[in-house]
Amino acid sequence: MPKVKMARKSTNIDMTAMCDVAFLLLTFFMLATKFKPDEPVVVSTPSSISEITLPDTDIMMLTVDKTGRIFFSIDKQSIRENLIQDINSYKNLGLTKAEMDAFKYGSSVGVPFNQLKSYLGATPAEQKDFDKTATGIPTDTSNDVVTNELATWIRSARNNNAKLRITIKADGNTAYPEVKKVIQTLENYKIYKFNLITNMKAIPPGTAAAQARTTEA
Amino acid sequence: MAEMDTSSGGGHKKGPGVKKAKKLSTRIDMTPMVDLGFLLITFFMFTTTMSKPKTMEINMPAKDKVEDNQQTKIKASTALTLLLGNNHRVYYYEGLADDPANPPAVKVAYFKPGADGIRNVIIAKKQAVSQLQQSGGLGPKDNAVVLIKPDATSTYEDMVNALDEMAINDVKTYAVIDITDVDKEFMGAQ
Repeated sequence: MPKVKMARKSTNIDMTAMCDVAFLLLTFFMLATKFKPDEPVVVSTPSSISEITLPDTDIMMLTVDKTGRIFFSIDKQSIRENLIQDINSYKNLGLTKAEMDAFKYGSSVGVPFNQLKSYLGATPAEQKDFDKTATGIPTDTSNDVVTNELATWIRSARNNNAKLRITIKADGNTAYPEVKKVIQTLENYKIYKFNLITNMKAIPPGTAAAQARTTEA
Repeated sequence: MAEMDTSSGGGHKKGPGVKKAKKLSTRIDMTPMVDLGFLLITFFMFTTTMSKPKTMEINMPAKDKVEDNQQTKIKASTALTLLLGNNHRVYYYEGLADDPANPPAVKVAYFKPGADGIRNVIIAKKQAVSQLQQSGGLGPKDNAVVLIKPDATSTYEDMVNALDEMAINDVKTYAVIDITDVDKEFMGAQ
């Protein structure tokens, strides 16, 4: 049998085109996206057809996970600094400068006031571990400052930023009474208007909202 | 592409004493650069988020005390009450159920399109109200009013779904209010 001669082909490929594509995509992702905010718990929000985007500033977010634990977060470091000073003097927590800085540069908190000092004294990795077992900020439907610690957070936050927009980010499987407690606490401060964070979903065809959309366009 | 024409095409002949410059290839191996590029892409894809979160605005009814004669009374023929129960069930009845001797017919629907979806109920209610408006039974300002009453067994998703149905079906007047004991009995009887 005669030997079949294989044509020798070079295995060198010109990578330039691939390199171009890679960096084009890289540029796109760098410009079009932004970093995910640090979240203490995984929350899968329900979906709605609402298209209002969340503003970037003056946001107070109350995260409620599916077991009803409440985490509090607020934007702007200057406000966070004033807020923790207020809370410290109001509740006599005896926080050190370092612990207050930990709050200033941190993200959200979900611990009762009596654990706040040890929580803020911990390293970020320890805080993450703690968030898994944290009890959340205690709250109830009353306006009592002792048992309803969420009310203290909300009041101090509003004192420090009057333009504050209040958003609730709750898990879809959270029992309604847990969310009700948060809403009731807000209502006690005469806050009747707030935002619920939801995922986007398409408007069902043939409904009134879909018709309104086509007349707008 | 990565190579450049370095040959001096059509150049004049050099003399015997002139040394010929060594030709260097300008071809670079791009593979490590591509590796780096894709590594960074992967990093950005995992750590960043594309979409800004969407929010829905909600207005709770104010709890301030209002004088009886200042209150706007809901006409029973415009009202539809949704009771959010367990397992994402929606119990609904028409009217205000303020007459204990004559309880309303409570039916069950679900948050899904189709025959037993709550959407059809809301659309039917809106049509009934607009017909009453045309026939003169209701004034032009009496729109359909939906009262959403989440029970303790319902989830947050149910409430958002109910509010979303209001937006989908363009219900102008609705409110999330506390469930009453009478309503709980209606749900228990089902």
